[in-house]
Amino acid sequence: MTVCPTQAIRVREGLARIFEDRCVDCGECYKVCPVSAIIIEQDDFEEIYRYPVRVAMLPSVLIGQFPSRIPAKQVYGALREMGFTHVFEIDSVVDLVQQGYEMFSKEHSDLKPLISTFCPAIVRLIQVRFPSLVDQLVRVKPPMDLAAIHFKEVLTEQGHSPESIGLFYVTPCAAKIASVKSPVGDTLSPINGVINMEYLYNRLLQLITNQDIKEADQDSDLLNERGILWSLTRGESVHQKGRSLAIDGMNNVTEFLERLEETEDSNLDFLELRACDESCAGGVLISGNRFLTVERLNSRAETFRREAMVKAGSGYTEWTYVPETHNLGPIEARSMLVLDADRITAMQKMRKVEDLLKVLPGIDCGACGSPTCRALAEDIVQERAGISWCIFLQEVQLKNGKLTLDEADRINAGIWGSDRQNRSQK
Amino acid sequence: MDLHYDIKGGDFVNAGHASSSLKKVLKQLNVDSRRIKRLVIALYEAEVNVVAHAYRGTIQVQLYPGEVEITVEDEGPGIEDIEQAMQEGYSTASPEVREMGFGAGMGLPNIKRNCDRFHIESTPGKGTSLVIRNSISD
Repeated sequence: MTVCPTQAIRVREGLARIFEDRCVDCGECYKVCPVSAIIIEQDDFEEIYRYPVRVAMLPSVLIGQFPSRIPAKQVYGALREMGFTHVFEIDSVVDLVQQGYEMFSKEHSDLKPLISTFCPAIVRLIQVRFPSLVDQLVRVKPPMDLAAIHFKEVLTEQGHSPESIGLFYVTPCAAKIASVKSPVGDTLSPINGVINMEYLYNRLLQLITNQDIKEADQDSDLLNERGILWSLTRGESVHQKGRSLAIDGMNNVTEFLERLEETEDSNLDFLELRACDESCAGGVLISGNRFLTVERLNSRAETFRREAMVKAGSGYTEWTYVPETHNLGPIEARSMLVLDADRITAMQKMRKVEDLLKVLPGIDCGACGSPTCRALAEDIVQERAGISWCIFLQEVQLKNGKLTLDEADRINAGIWGSDRQNRSQK
Repeated sequence: MDLHYDIKGGDFVNAGHASSSLKKVLKQLNVDSRRIKRLVIALYEAEVNVVAHAYRGTIQVQLYPGEVEITVEDEGPGIEDIEQAMQEGYSTASPEVREMGFGAGMGLPNIKRNCDRFHIESTPGKGTSLVIRNSISD
């Protein structure tokens, strides 16, 4: 509840409830919850059989989790064994993304610094908490979307009908699920379904350990060292012109964005911001250790770099970025901080919040089900909570007879559930 | 609605506290983000001025539905020649202050640029008072 960067969680009837319009899908709550109360919605794996052509779209961090004794080609083979007809590493398209960045920054040289749209949790965070920065988001579709568009074109050229193609993205985090289910800056995601990486990694590891899996290739030979490293920290920023910064971890990002809003001229050109520590290698659905994943991907990139020096003329120059289809649409600010759309009402509410803060204990204990005393004060003003929900004020009200013990019990059960209370009474 | 802040001279670590807090308030009131930025920058520069030059100071923010008025008053050496202080690049900041990245002589001109109305008065040897007003209506 307290780790949420947008204060979207409240405890009600013993369960963690999330305000959907505030949630940015960063997964911070999922990482810290001791009782796994946070569930990530996902598609059923059997969904893939609705399509004759079944494509596994892999981010490079999937391969990075496997111990080095299991080569990438064996993972591709195991994916075919599981039922996929095609395997495509989405980071094969990062040179296209880079072309898009360069075009966008030329056209918008007045916007500084530009902010990467790679991490969907960051895009949502900026929408709800830093609305003044939305114009600075680079409106270029992220690798997963461009890969889907590109690979669908390739398959259609090969004679498959567009309806027969099912593109399944293997996700390392909750934010990317949300970006497929309800995309920002796009009306409909080009991806047909999402597969939880934690689930898939387990299945793949079982298959490879228990069966003799034949090696296979992925369906693109365009993956290069830039692509392998793109989703890691500094994967994008090292390729950008001028002064660029790479920041990972939700706390680090919010701290920096607060500062960016307050200063006039930071002299920065590009910001790569990622919600997770160690970027996608630290995604909530990554089973492997994030530092080892980064290390393995670095050495995989090194191998590709060496091979590329031998093998001249690879194919990426044949792709060109087409703004009409590859740009993201407008990204709207949707501030969740506003107390009321009407200024005078908002000021009245703010005054009430300040008055409430004078009587609330100010220790942010969370027993009321809101993450901080200020959040409770705002909830009271917005009529989502009552003043007696604060256990300290409850005590005062009990003493001066404004509240009965039964009423207090009912209130507490409403927050933490009746089970918990029965248990503590026994 | 009123907000009040105290500033200590020489306390660079906390310079920006008032502007950051004002920013949060204005966001909750749904003020246009460009207007917020102008106010925050002006107030930040004013805070730094007090920290860099004065002994202590106060900030009084009065919020009205359509306007914000900020009064920054300090006890300090004051400004001998306000006209000169208003010129870009003119600075009396000490080398120590400059070392910290402040004192480029952009403070007052920067405040003025980000305000609708700007009024400054100073008594050398006693202190300086600055009043700024910005519209926050759409």
